[in-house]
Amino acid sequence: MNPTRSIDIQRWGAVLGGSTLALLGLKRRSTVGMAMALAGGTLAYLGATSTSPRRDPVVKTSVLVNASPEDVYRFWRNFDNLPLFMRHIDSVRTSPGGRISFVAIGPLGTQIVWDAEISNDIPNEALSWSSLPGSELIVDCSVSIAKAAANRGTIITVLMSYRPRSSGVSRTIAQFLAAYPSFWIKQDLRRFKALIETGEIPTIEGQTHGPRSAAVAALRFADPDQPIHRDSHINEVLNALRRIA
Amino acid sequence: MKAICWMGTEKMSVETVPDPNILNPRDAIVRITSTCICGSDLHLYNGYIPTLEQGDILGHEFMGEVVEVGGGIKRDKLKVGDRVVVPFTIACGRCFFCERQLWSCCDNSNPNYWIAEQMMGYSPSGLFGYTHMMGGYSGGQAQYARVPYADVGPLKLPDGIPDDKLVFLSDIFPTGYMGAENCNIQQGDTVAIWGCGPVAQFAIRSAFMLGAERVIAIDRFDYRLRLAEAAGAETINYEEVDSIVETLKDMTANIGPDSCLDAVGMEAHSDDFMYLIDKTKQAMRIESDRPIVLRQCIQACRKGGTVSVPGVYAGFDDKIPMGSFMNKALTMKTGQTHMMRYMKPLLDRIEKGDIDPSFVVSHRVSIEQAPQMYKTFRDKQDYCTKVVLDPWSNGASVH
Repeated sequence: MNPTRSIDIQRWGAVLGGSTLALLGLKRRSTVGMAMALAGGTLAYLGATSTSPRRDPVVKTSVLVNASPEDVYRFWRNFDNLPLFMRHIDSVRTSPGGRISFVAIGPLGTQIVWDAEISNDIPNEALSWSSLPGSELIVDCSVSIAKAAANRGTIITVLMSYRPRSSGVSRTIAQFLAAYPSFWIKQDLRRFKALIETGEIPTIEGQTHGPRSAAVAALRFADPDQPIHRDSHINEVLNALRRIA
Repeated sequence: MKAICWMGTEKMSVETVPDPNILNPRDAIVRITSTCICGSDLHLYNGYIPTLEQGDILGHEFMGEVVEVGGGIKRDKLKVGDRVVVPFTIACGRCFFCERQLWSCCDNSNPNYWIAEQMMGYSPSGLFGYTHMMGGYSGGQAQYARVPYADVGPLKLPDGIPDDKLVFLSDIFPTGYMGAENCNIQQGDTVAIWGCGPVAQFAIRSAFMLGAERVIAIDRFDYRLRLAEAAGAETINYEEVDSIVETLKDMTANIGPDSCLDAVGMEAHSDDFMYLIDKTKQAMRIESDRPIVLRQCIQACRKGGTVSVPGVYAGFDDKIPMGSFMNKALTMKTGQTHMMRYMKPLLDRIEKGDIDPSFVVSHRVSIEQAPQMYKTFRDKQDYCTKVVLDPWSNGASVH
């Protein structure tokens, strides 16, 4: 059996076993039951969130969007747009000299900052940027844009490598951000797709609902998909839409 | 506002929650005048569908008046004061799937698409008042609801037609109609329909509209079979026959129904041994569904025929007779309803008087009575076929 597969099985075993234990525990409504629920929940959570030790530092993924290559390129080329759909990126500033400054937000609002510059730029086809020497974080990103067959839109392929260089706090934050690179990049691409196709990113954050249980509230808090910083996108999205239009 | 929340398996409660607000530019807020309990809500009530959370507001069959629209919606599409019925599937209108009229497969409307992808490979559209896997949007068994992509989904309605005739355009009428359309009905065809619940009642009437020669309706509750007969269907009470497959053979000169429609889904009943096995597996959470009707549909269908599945299935099912399905050259068509394809044409039929959908209503109640009505509807007590809620009345029920 290959190692990745066996790790997958262990993870799923932990998720399923832990969930079952938690459910059985919750049904009991006693101290022992709560202990079972807690232990089961922890096991399931660890199972769900543990990652393979053999982590590939390079992520490649692609998405088909219902837009023209020109619109896609124009949107990405304006780096100010990236925070609109990249969940961990708080802001991007481009200076006249071509230096691009990224600010990412980590857990508890911590910041990590790095500079990059464009390394390849072919209008409507390709765009790449790389961290400048001495950055706390080495991010090399290359985006290729290709027209899909039969007017089906545009295929965007993103290749990203991601390595923290420094030590200490920023390394910890960077490691947090790098915990699920493939998941995050896919999420970001899906958010980009929704934004360029519909003018907005679907959300239920902030919607009304009835009282949540303590367990659900705790899970929401621990949920790795919980946004790091709250989305306040309506004005930004409307502005973005005006820029596209 | 008042809203009906799922607080756990078989625990519904009326809660006072904050009013909904606009979260995205293409949102609208609808003040709900009529809303219903759907058979698929019962799967949630019974706790069989994963990723529901305590405090979720259920309900996906509602209509009302637009009271607020987001800045991204053009006035000619939707404005404050419009009377609308809201489809239960949420669709962006701009993606690959929406452009191909596959509205219930919208690629953008489910913010939790990645949970659904784990289970199904790819995610269908978001739904109102359903599980978090399907988007987790707060539903319409409430006084107000937030409607995303409100320039695509809601259908504007004329004044002068009562809610009871229009509210089922939100789900069960189009769902029954698409189920019948998926039967690929040809001249002279016999369509067998499992279940005589609300969706099936519309499927029966739609099958006749689409030219079926005979409709055979199957259930175990006499009052529901009578309602099917009122539409011209022949009926089988499956508790009174030894084998549905054999009975259907006898009724169709040994050729079998040309199409079989499963309007039951994952919580089917039967009196044979397989029911006990499925029920046990489902209780142990090692099988998510009880696909008894699906198996019967495949077995009973004539060679080269069509199986149509509007009934809801959630996960992974055992003992599906693939041998029969493959060797008899069957076609299966299914899916959540592509609502926006059907709402306007079916509204036209209502306006022309081809059908009065209010025939299906058995109970009209206030929101306070809704939790009790979940149980009444689930247990088929009090001849319950369809429950319509008025979220604003304090009055007693009117049957």
